[in-house]
Amino acid sequence: MAIPASYNLRNLMVRKTTTVMTALGIALTVAVLLSVLALVAGLRQAFASSGDPRQILVMRKGSTAELNSGVTRDVYQSLKFMRGIARDAAGQQMASLEMVTVINLPSVDSPAGMNVTLRGLLPVGIAMRPLKIQQGRWFQTGRREVVVGKSIAKRYPGARMGQQLRFGKGNWEVVGVMDGGESSVNSEIFGDLGQISSDFNRQDGLSSVLVRAVDAAAVPALIHSMNDDRRLNVTAEKEQAYFDAQTSSGAPLQFLGIFVSVIMAVGSSFAAMNTMYAAVARRSKEIGTLRVLGFSRGSIMVSFLMESLLLSALGGLIGCVLVLPLNNVTTGIGSFVTFSEIAFNFRVTPAIMASGIAFALFMGAAGGLFPARMAAKKEILTALREI
Amino acid sequence: MSEAVIETTKLTKEFIRDEFHVVALKDADLTVNRGDFVALMGPSGSGKSTLLHLIAAMDRPSSGEIRVLGQDLRALTDRAIAHWRNAHIGFIFQSFNLLPVLSALENVELPLKLTNLKGAERMEHAATALKLVGLGDRLGHYPRQLSGGQEQRVAIARAIVTDPDLILADEPTGNLDAASATDVLTMLARLNKEFGKTIVMVTHDPHAASFATRVRHLEKGLLLPEGQAPEEWNAAAAHPGSEG
Ligand SMILES: Nc1ncnc2c1ncn2[C@@H]1O[C@H](COP(=O)(O)OP(=O)(O)OP(=O)(O)O)[C@@H](O)[C@H]1O
Ligand SMILES: [Mg+2]
Repeated sequence: MAIPASYNLRNLMVRKTTTVMTALGIALTVAVLLSVLALVAGLRQAFASSGDPRQILVMRKGSTAELNSGVTRDVYQSLKFMRGIARDAAGQQMASLEMVTVINLPSVDSPAGMNVTLRGLLPVGIAMRPLKIQQGRWFQTGRREVVVGKSIAKRYPGARMGQQLRFGKGNWEVVGVMDGGESSVNSEIFGDLGQISSDFNRQDGLSSVLVRAVDAAAVPALIHSMNDDRRLNVTAEKEQAYFDAQTSSGAPLQFLGIFVSVIMAVGSSFAAMNTMYAAVARRSKEIGTLRVLGFSRGSIMVSFLMESLLLSALGGLIGCVLVLPLNNVTTGIGSFVTFSEIAFNFRVTPAIMASGIAFALFMGAAGGLFPARMAAKKEILTALREI
Repeated sequence: MSEAVIETTKLTKEFIRDEFHVVALKDADLTVNRGDFVALMGPSGSGKSTLLHLIAAMDRPSSGEIRVLGQDLRALTDRAIAHWRNAHIGFIFQSFNLLPVLSALENVELPLKLTNLKGAERMEHAATALKLVGLGDRLGHYPRQLSGGQEQRVAIARAIVTDPDLILADEPTGNLDAASATDVLTMLARLNKEFGKTIVMVTHDPHAASFATRVRHLEKGLLLPEGQAPEEWNAAAAHPGSEG
């Protein structure tokens, strides 16, 4: 058995101020890391929830985003009748021709307005997505009506039920608010394909086609035949794969966040090291006494390392508590793929908190190692003589 | 019966650095038998602590032989020494050396953490040791809540809780007032008489030494033959109470 941990805990409590200051440094570092991780997790969640495993997104060959893709109605007609495409209850092919563009909505928090994805689509396109009407009703074909995602309704006062939006060639009435679960649809505005494409003079310059295969197993073959058809000149990929790639919007932020927290971690480790060196120096006589009582160099080492780990675990816990209020806070991020805003929630998951604690413990171990080694290396008589 | 607990032959300790060369202990031949209560006396710097530290294996000799409890200390590794010391030696310091963040009971329990005893048994042993030194009512007190004499009694309890074969004390009364010193010395004498503990105690103080069954003197690193004391000590002994 080793030197009891209560000995370390009480020593941490005795030097309250140093403990709290060091732990706070670690806590801030952990908080920075965790907020970035929570942001990326939220972003990932938003995109991961988008997409049906049976569905294929078709864009012009070489396009990586719907925004810079272009497909014609001819292509749509050809795709629609390919083998392996599912049909709805009415016997209609489940293939949705869609037009995507970005419009600017005035916003309270940004005078320049916010870019929002506008999607014109056929009714089948709605049926192909797991959408619920939260408020109002769906738009009607042939009318200047739109339905807004719930995140948009929340963030843009001008885009609530019953309001008029100005874009294209005139006003559009918001007739409903849709709920796409956690998916990125919450950050989009939907309207009738015919109306929207004519407002933007793109009757035959549409963006993409979403098709559903009879089942997930049929998807690869269908993708193959689409990609191989030279006349179609399209790139087909799984809808989920497309959304997965969109998660890269968070990559620069993730990189920056991790970079900053690593720099901070170096600082926090040195702070912990400083604190622990001071503790070793101040408790030199105790170290000598413990050795005289029969504790080995190893248990002295473990004890001081343990103290550093306890200190950093405290910091990690405080860090978790600091970021916890972020959980489910909605934020927006400018997507580098769609050039529009995607709203999503921070997600502080247990796994993320665990990684924060692990990060803190890592700082504690890094900072505690050398002081603990110094404590263990002391000769008994030298240790006893120091005050 | 006279079983040797400590046997040293030509035990020597030198401290050598670039700038100095001190012979702290020179060719000391000491035998301490089971049941002895030996006082090591001598002026400051005469090598008393050095000898005690060698006996406790807190330091290694420069040359000479040392066997304690039949064990050749020079043959043990650091780790083995730690274990050996925990099992066989109780050490009492001049300045008590209690851990300030632990209560009296926890301080006394500490050496037992290295044994196979269960938590409840450890507590029981520690409480018994504290009762033995008359601190049964102070189990939960922290060192800062105790007087110097009480602190030293806790330290004695800590030294005896493992039931060691040998108790070593370096000026145990050096930081105490006369009354507390007498308490502590009475306690050591009792441990020697009633419990048969072998004790080696370093002291300046002839009054303290009078509690021992044997006295050995050191002078300038030399252990004087039994019964022999340096001149100035004889003079001081003639006027008890005037020594520093
Ligand atoms: N680590 C060391 N380095 C150098 N010299 C030392 C060391 N330890 C002890 N000495 C020297 O060895 C000699 C004996 O010291 P020791 O501590 O044994 O004396 P002491 O009899 O216990 O004295 P005191 O009564 O003052 O405690 C002294 O001259 C001391 O300076
Ligand atoms: Mg001394």
